[in-house]
Amino acid sequence: MANLTINEKTFTLDVEPDTPLLWAIRENAGLTGTKYGCGIAQCGACTVHIDGVATRSCGVSVSEAVGKKITTIEGLASASSLHKVQEAWIAQDVPQCGYCQSGMIMAVAALLTEKPKPTDADIDEAITNICRCGTFQQVREAIHTIASA
Amino acid sequence: MNKHVSPRMNRRAFVIGTAAVGAGLAIGLDIPFGGPAIVRAADGSPEIGAWVVVRPDDTVVIRIARSEMGQGSLTGLAQLVAEELECDWSKVSTEYPTPGQSVARKRVWGDFSTGGSRGIRSSHDYVRKGGATARVMLIQAAAEAWKVPASECTAANSVITHTPSGKTTTYGKVAEAAAKLTPPADVKLKDPKDWKLIGKGVKRLDTADKTTGTMIYGIDVKLPGMLNAAIKDCPVFGGKLKSFDEAKVTGMKGVKKVVKVGDTAVAVVADTWWHAKTALEALPIVWDEGDNAKVSSESIAKWLAEGLDNAQPAYVGNKNGDAKAAIAGAAKKIEAIYSYPYQNHATMEPMNATAVYTADKCEVWCGTQNGEAVFAAVLEASGLPAEKCDVYKVMPGGGFGRRGQTDYVRQAVTIAKEMPGTPIKLLWSREEDMAHGRYHPITQCKMTGAFDADNNLVALHYRLSGQSILFSLRPEALQNGMDPAAFQGVAQSGEAAFGYSVPNLLVEHAMRNPHVPPGFWRGVNVNHNAIYMECFMDELAQAAGQDPLEFRRKLMGNHPKHLAVLNAVAEKIGWSTPAPQGVYRGIAQVMGYGSYVAGAAEISVSDGNKIKVHRIVASTDPGYVVNPAQVERQIAGSFVYGLSALFYGGCTVKDGKIEQTNFDTYNSMRINEMPKVESVMVPSGGFWGGVGEPTIGVAAPAVLNAYFAATGKRIRSVPLRDQNITFA
Repeated sequence: MANLTINEKTFTLDVEPDTPLLWAIRENAGLTGTKYGCGIAQCGACTVHIDGVATRSCGVSVSEAVGKKITTIEGLASASSLHKVQEAWIAQDVPQCGYCQSGMIMAVAALLTEKPKPTDADIDEAITNICRCGTFQQVREAIHTIASA
Repeated sequence: MNKHVSPRMNRRAFVIGTAAVGAGLAIGLDIPFGGPAIVRAADGSPEIGAWVVVRPDDTVVIRIARSEMGQGSLTGLAQLVAEELECDWSKVSTEYPTPGQSVARKRVWGDFSTGGSRGIRSSHDYVRKGGATARVMLIQAAAEAWKVPASECTAANSVITHTPSGKTTTYGKVAEAAAKLTPPADVKLKDPKDWKLIGKGVKRLDTADKTTGTMIYGIDVKLPGMLNAAIKDCPVFGGKLKSFDEAKVTGMKGVKKVVKVGDTAVAVVADTWWHAKTALEALPIVWDEGDNAKVSSESIAKWLAEGLDNAQPAYVGNKNGDAKAAIAGAAKKIEAIYSYPYQNHATMEPMNATAVYTADKCEVWCGTQNGEAVFAAVLEASGLPAEKCDVYKVMPGGGFGRRGQTDYVRQAVTIAKEMPGTPIKLLWSREEDMAHGRYHPITQCKMTGAFDADNNLVALHYRLSGQSILFSLRPEALQNGMDPAAFQGVAQSGEAAFGYSVPNLLVEHAMRNPHVPPGFWRGVNVNHNAIYMECFMDELAQAAGQDPLEFRRKLMGNHPKHLAVLNAVAEKIGWSTPAPQGVYRGIAQVMGYGSYVAGAAEISVSDGNKIKVHRIVASTDPGYVVNPAQVERQIAGSFVYGLSALFYGGCTVKDGKIEQTNFDTYNSMRINEMPKVESVMVPSGGFWGGVGEPTIGVAAPAVLNAYFAATGKRIRSVPLRDQNITFA
């Protein structure tokens, strides 16, 4: 059993401590917005925020996440409105298949918290998620749109 | 709010919904477009023909048979219907009819297959007629209510107006009456110059849920009582499962059952997928790998190289004059050998399907590019008749051709049959996905070009050796053994026609099929044919001492549409003016999927092997552009996919198995490596070409030709990773 704080709620989950956080989130907490892509922290589809830091949840064990503040894509919006990254993604039609976009959006949200007006170089360094559909052009444009708002 | 309705995950709702539709259908079955009996959607709203449902509140549901997988054609197809329907676009949503419903209604929605960039180009006519038919019926219903001639009424934005009196009504108010009318036998479609919605870059209908984590992909399907399965298939293609030691894992946490899947695979079923996967890793398995375990990339390369020998048999795909004689008597000739490797689709979402089987019913939920092929696979794997099966399509996390196959669905049904009544979600690990792809076919190509004394190209011999996709997947499409699709981009005519006139031409294919299963991989045979031909075209230009663009233009006089897109990219990239200091250009063109495309790249190279791509310009003439915003995204995305394959892709074979296991050994481009793609759309009208694939063909050759311009070095094999060439 483990207690995890996800999206400001406490989940008491019947899960072994060495289970990757990704699978605890998806299968035990039932929040499927966070995606499985590789399981080896290469692709970024499973990116969540742990204490505000964009983290690939497939590479973190449940025991390491206990006591931390975990935010998934489902917890990014406030009760009254979407997060500005989500709004920009909708306004600029960023997603294609969309499967990588939960992780992409979480990575971008963390970047913008750290650097509200990122340069192209900042984006290149921080956003290393794989998107096989190839939405990079729209991702970059949407980030700049948010930054210039 | 525009929205694509995801199939409901509540199984009870599904059963009720399909039963309700089925009851309506039983009456309307003999009348293809609805007929006097009202056919109702699951919520009770009337169908106005098979493609359109109008609700009392004026919202419109447009049925989409083809699969959305990110390419945007769900939105494009809805635009086509809505254009003729004259409905209020802001009140449009879409839904997928199921393959089972379609079969029960004599395939009223036509082909579900979504590959070959066909989604729009092969259904534009009948879906527009579906919209037009509904409009005519709605207007007729209003006219009858007003007792005026229908010819005095017009429709726009879901409002019907009786012009002489100024009376108006809405689609929702007359839908019930319209649904009772006999559909018109024929309808006239709009002249393209009158289109209002087609050609507009309207927003996609399926974006919002993709930003909040609420879009349901196959991997997210949840059903009451569902268990999860992880699977391992024999890593050597053609090998078999010999034995496994079930006792070693049955006591592990969450494990419910270990299942032999066919002759080649074993699956562990558990409460969670993580438990299933963990137990599968611990399961001792003995494989009977068979003779294919002796095959390696080296042995395949040697076998394909032998096929380049003119003495070996080959199928002739395009020919004029006598190339061999002209080459023998030429003043000058050059020759080069190129190769292209296996590639995995590596969709972001690994293969998966959820199945529930009982003796009376088998239902499957999955992402697929071909709902009907999945339906057929479910019938076969379950042994149940069509009326007892159905398939519910959900959003696929990428397709690129991989999800046109049904191997993962057959596995899911096979496992579910072992546990009747229990829904089983089968999910492949990334490693399983890398090991069991349907790979881009492997080929080599020897090209020989010959010149007369004035440096005119007089002959070209294009000899391809390697794998045929149709041989493996659609043998019925072979023509006396020949795979006509092998000549995509270098064919004599048709949707992938060669764009050059050469007086003596011989294009042939020595078919050699290694044991690694090939598949349709975005761009398919255009990928390697465009690299071979367009890079060799640069080699020919250099041999003739001519500019690569000018050399091509001289051969393209009889191919004005090919030439137009080439000219468009040349102009946009500024070919006639010098590139910036240290920057070099490459250019390429090809035709595929009925569209003419060209690309140009500007790159710089540091240390001889580090490439920075500064600019990409791409042009397409697909005849008509339904949604320019989505076409722009498809063009840019095709370059990411094509350049990922060029730089990082390539699957190698050792001991009969694919060596690459995950994204650490099969990398993909990131945002820092990809410049903006500048799209130039030059739709010339009068034909319908595809969009998702064609431009991928020019991505690699444009960059490779620029690399030669920068370094003087020809790269004749892919990926660049294997030649120690990287992104800067």
